[in-house]
Amino acid sequence: MSLPTNIKDDFPVLQQSFHGKSVVYLDSGNTSQKPQAVINAMSRYYEADNANVHRGSYELAVRATAALEDARAKVARFINAPSTSEVVFTKNATESLNLLARSWGGANLRAGDAVVISEMEHHANIVPWHMLVAELGIELRWIPVDDRGHLDLTDLDRLLDGAKLLSVTAMSNVLGTLNDIPRLAKAAHDAGALLAVDASQYVPHVATDVQAMGADFVVFTGHKMLGPMGIGVFWSRAEILEAMPPFLGGGEMILQVTKEGFTTNEIPWKFEAGTPMVAEAVGLGAAIDYLNELGMDNVRKHEVELTAYAMRKLTETHGDRITIHGPSEPSERGGVLSFVYTGSGGEIHPHDIAQVLDQAGVCVRAGHHCAKPLMTVLGANATSRASLYVYNDESDIDQLAAALTAADDMFSF
Amino acid sequence: MNGLEDLYREIILDHYRTPRNRGELETPPAVRADGFNPLCGDEIVVYIDVDDAGVISDVAIGGQGCSISQSSASMMSAAIKGKTVSTARDLIVAFKGLMSIHETDIGGDGSESGGEAGSDIDMSFDNTDDMALGDLEALKGVVKFPVRIKCATLSWNTLAEALEEASPIQ
Ligand SMILES: Cc1ncc(COP(=O)(O)O)c(C=O)c1O
Repeated sequence: MSLPTNIKDDFPVLQQSFHGKSVVYLDSGNTSQKPQAVINAMSRYYEADNANVHRGSYELAVRATAALEDARAKVARFINAPSTSEVVFTKNATESLNLLARSWGGANLRAGDAVVISEMEHHANIVPWHMLVAELGIELRWIPVDDRGHLDLTDLDRLLDGAKLLSVTAMSNVLGTLNDIPRLAKAAHDAGALLAVDASQYVPHVATDVQAMGADFVVFTGHKMLGPMGIGVFWSRAEILEAMPPFLGGGEMILQVTKEGFTTNEIPWKFEAGTPMVAEAVGLGAAIDYLNELGMDNVRKHEVELTAYAMRKLTETHGDRITIHGPSEPSERGGVLSFVYTGSGGEIHPHDIAQVLDQAGVCVRAGHHCAKPLMTVLGANATSRASLYVYNDESDIDQLAAALTAADDMFSF
Repeated sequence: MNGLEDLYREIILDHYRTPRNRGELETPPAVRADGFNPLCGDEIVVYIDVDDAGVISDVAIGGQGCSISQSSASMMSAAIKGKTVSTARDLIVAFKGLMSIHETDIGGDGSESGGEAGSDIDMSFDNTDDMALGDLEALKGVVKFPVRIKCATLSWNTLAEALEEASPIQ
């Protein structure tokens, strides 16, 4: 089984052309496009079921509440969470990581406590910890990245010694590296620390089982997995969630409010203050249905094959001029290809590459990809990045390769 | 539709390939200012030597970045060398005017009016017509590519800082 050959037809955005060229979308690591099924599910919700949730007894309110909770159940099944009540909806992965730092971190970390992260983290898994360094005086430790784009685990035991939390990405948004999460979970637990996993780049591409990962917290974001912007997920085990203090305060997250104080709602609602993003939850649920229909094993297989094709094609066409960061073996990585291009006049700046590619309808990202510490390790200020997803095919890669030739012609001398 | 040739004019590519006044100056007597575009990581270092008569006797440019930021810096260095501080200040205003006024001219495409441009530009102080921008006019195509305007203005903002340090506005 593989993905349907006419899959692009499901994505309205991909039917357009720019500058006279049909769009070649290679920025799914940034955000994915949405299939018609997701768009329809969200408008159908607003057309037929919209009401506020958990607070009305009329039919519409019942339907809206069911829509939100059905979506939660779909997420729970999709990541093999032991219980639906362990799935907390947030705005995005960034909010999920801030929830972790503020709520769990605020209750469990004290001055001098160590949190371990890695050099390949997205700013979303760096800055909340920097904030706790400033506010609580925690210590932030870094797992280095080696020159093949893998985590260098040589000193892991020393780094974890006395640490309270290890928080790492399951897949790098710059290098594509897939990290060995079960191994990191074991190391963290042996050291008495908990493990948080930023699965923002992982859940969209690989069948995810939070229990098999051995993680204590898993976060991800809906818009990178064919779902809408404005919804993210925070998962943790029930006993951890029960012990965590609330994050934001307000409606929905309470059981009782008096002049003297309040009591919190049950999990997961304890962490969902205010009116939630119901249509976005419905959209995420529809995205999960769509991915399940494709089959996550096919999604991953397609990604490995297309990544292998892309690495081969780009190297064949551009030889030494192109350097692709990250693991060289497609099965050890995701379809995120960050590269540096050196023409005869020296390195062509990623902005210039992205601009010339845009003229050919090819969308890639140029910049630091919200991972500045990693860019420093790579010795780059910016890279160009092509990132693949289910709707990409070999012709997209061929157009990327051809557009790079145009950039080379323009900037070489 | 905006053609790439509007952005990458031959003269721009020429300055990119053979940047003028590239290097460093000894500080002091020169002053140094660093500019940084956090969005793309471009860095510009501007060194200027200002003599007692208020003339920019020497200028050097360091740093790294895309063709637009590098060529803009190169053209700027050529345009201000040997000019007075006050002429350089007028040039900054004129250049930033060039990077903003055309925005209204290009119209048609709603995406052009992105918030990047002009946020730090004083529109009331428009004396572009009085200043000869020369080669710098080649950069006016940049306004059709709003995300690149910051690339073009980076060196100019950095120059403004260097001038302020060398010869503060009274
Ligand atoms: C690895 C990783 N973590 C976190 C995020 C943040 O996602 P969001 O901006 O949706 O919160 C991203 C997205 O760029 C990412 O790639």
